[in-house]
Amino acid sequence: MSFLECVRISFRSIRANGLRSVLTMLGIIIGVAAVIAMVAIGEGTSTSVASQINGLGSNLLIVTPGQATQGRVSLGAGSLNTLTMADAEALMQKESISGVAPSVNTRGQIVWGSNNYSSMLEGTSADFPQVRNVEVGQGRFFSNFEVKMQYNVAVVGTEVVSNLFKGANPVGQTVQINRIPFTIIGVLQSQGSSGMTNNDDRIIIPITTAMNRLTGGKNVGSIYVSAASPDLMEKAQQDIQQALRANHKLRPQAADDFRITSQSDILSTAQSVSSSMTALLSGIAAISLIVGGIGVMNIMLVSVTERTREIGIRKAIGAKRGDILRQFLIEAVTLSLIGGVIGIALGVGAAFLVSKFSQMATSISLSPIMYAFLTSTLVGVIFGVYPARKAAQLKPIDALRYE
Amino acid sequence: MKPVIQIEELRKQYVIGDQEIYALRGVSLSIEVGDFVAIMGPSGSGKSSMMNVIGCLDKPTSGEFFLDGYPVSQAHDDELAVIRNQKIGFVFQNFNLLPRTTAVENVELPLLYGGTPARERREKAIRALTSVGLAERLNNKPNELSGGQQQRVSIARALVNDPVILLADEPTGALDTKTSEEIMGIFQKLNDAGKTVILVTHEPDIAEYAKRIVRFRDGQIIADEVVEDRRRVSMEGRADELS
Repeated sequence: MSFLECVRISFRSIRANGLRSVLTMLGIIIGVAAVIAMVAIGEGTSTSVASQINGLGSNLLIVTPGQATQGRVSLGAGSLNTLTMADAEALMQKESISGVAPSVNTRGQIVWGSNNYSSMLEGTSADFPQVRNVEVGQGRFFSNFEVKMQYNVAVVGTEVVSNLFKGANPVGQTVQINRIPFTIIGVLQSQGSSGMTNNDDRIIIPITTAMNRLTGGKNVGSIYVSAASPDLMEKAQQDIQQALRANHKLRPQAADDFRITSQSDILSTAQSVSSSMTALLSGIAAISLIVGGIGVMNIMLVSVTERTREIGIRKAIGAKRGDILRQFLIEAVTLSLIGGVIGIALGVGAAFLVSKFSQMATSISLSPIMYAFLTSTLVGVIFGVYPARKAAQLKPIDALRYE
Repeated sequence: MKPVIQIEELRKQYVIGDQEIYALRGVSLSIEVGDFVAIMGPSGSGKSSMMNVIGCLDKPTSGEFFLDGYPVSQAHDDELAVIRNQKIGFVFQNFNLLPRTTAVENVELPLLYGGTPARERREKAIRALTSVGLAERLNNKPNELSGGQQQRVSIARALVNDPVILLADEPTGALDTKTSEEIMGIFQKLNDAGKTVILVTHEPDIAEYAKRIVRFRDGQIIADEVVEDRRRVSMEGRADELS
């Protein structure tokens, strides 16, 4: 019997038991749809995370204080306050570095008239827009001169504007930050949120002002450095290390008391997180696919028992073992393949809906679809073999006598 | 004439639980081409076992069986499937047609397993159905046909591969008297045309349509006689249906 005949026969028997076939396929449909949707969401997330990290700045290197150790026990990142303004100034002299933005962070209460709002307060240098890849939408950013002279000027994010000024033009207004008067000179362009932090909810002031009048300390929290070009990232990293070791008067055998993280480090970390996320999600989805396959086997076993007589008739009039085996195997594969195709359609649809109606980005690529297609075929074969063998091994007289 | 069925010292025993059952105890039988043999006997006499062996549905425990000169007793399962397909036409008591499948598709089935191309298959199936008077019922499913019509479909299916023997197991068991007579008429007509027919039945009336009656009891042949006063179904007015 030809392959095409087998397919025709299996289609007929699938149609003959419509509801049962649909219920059987449902397991496969849900499994495949889940795999497709999960992978789409996972890949979408990792793409959007990557673009957010690239949006952090151009050729960005982040210098953070090192970890203190006490009796060989690390006290964790940031347990040393080793970075100073002098370090930042030293870095500005390097040719491989095009911008340096030291940063101190605190929270601040900002008051305008009778309105008040609490936000992140960040002190930094005039290089901030270039280094951190942020643009000023309205007004201007503060200058090197204003930083040097410790002017009380501030640039705010859009979230602050909408919460504090409620529609009024903030540029030129005088506000009080922790009871110190500041003049708003600009508004940052909206950047959206990355993970847990809302980048629009912050107030930027000159770092000198911040250190002398608000935080009171001598140390900076971290230094954001922009390398002059992507090719100079390595060089910039070496220059930073050299300059800071010299500044901190570290002996040659002493370890660095700071840490340099590059943008690509962050990117690869984030990507490994999101790819293990994707693996986890699709692993769970794959389990449901296996459960679906067991459903197919179950129904095929029922079908073999129910159609024992049919098998007997077919054998009596000349069907060989192989013919029966093929018939039932193709039926199982057809069943799971139809389920797979419907599942793919549903999964793609679900991914599309998710990206349309929620913040989550999704990305559908060909490989999970091929994978789902292949897996559902394989599920059909694996879970169809046993029932099909059982059918093929029935003896014709027993099968004919079966009531 | 060379026998189409040559059986020598055939034995068949089953084990059910811890009990051994001797279904056939040394049966020898020879059937010539063109014969019409009725196998009779009460239940448990071994006639069903005999029919299963002749139909190549079951293998004997010992003894020789030549079908059309071919030694069947040593054949492998898949070889038996080919023999059933090519040399034997089955007609069963309860018709054994595939449900939800049209008459013509049911008749095509043996050709399907024999590897006949689709167009030729359809032509042969239509010809076979026409020969049993069902030319108007090609696309009806079994549940849309009467018992007699279903049995005629199964006769058409048995004939479609032009087998050397027609093997009918209680073919009238599920039919009323009038329909039974019609069906037996078809068998007689086919036999008249030269087809070897083997009929298993326990009804003496039905057996009298055959040329020869072989009686079984306790797994052995107790009588093998020519039917003296053979019943004939008058075929006037329906000769056109059978060719």
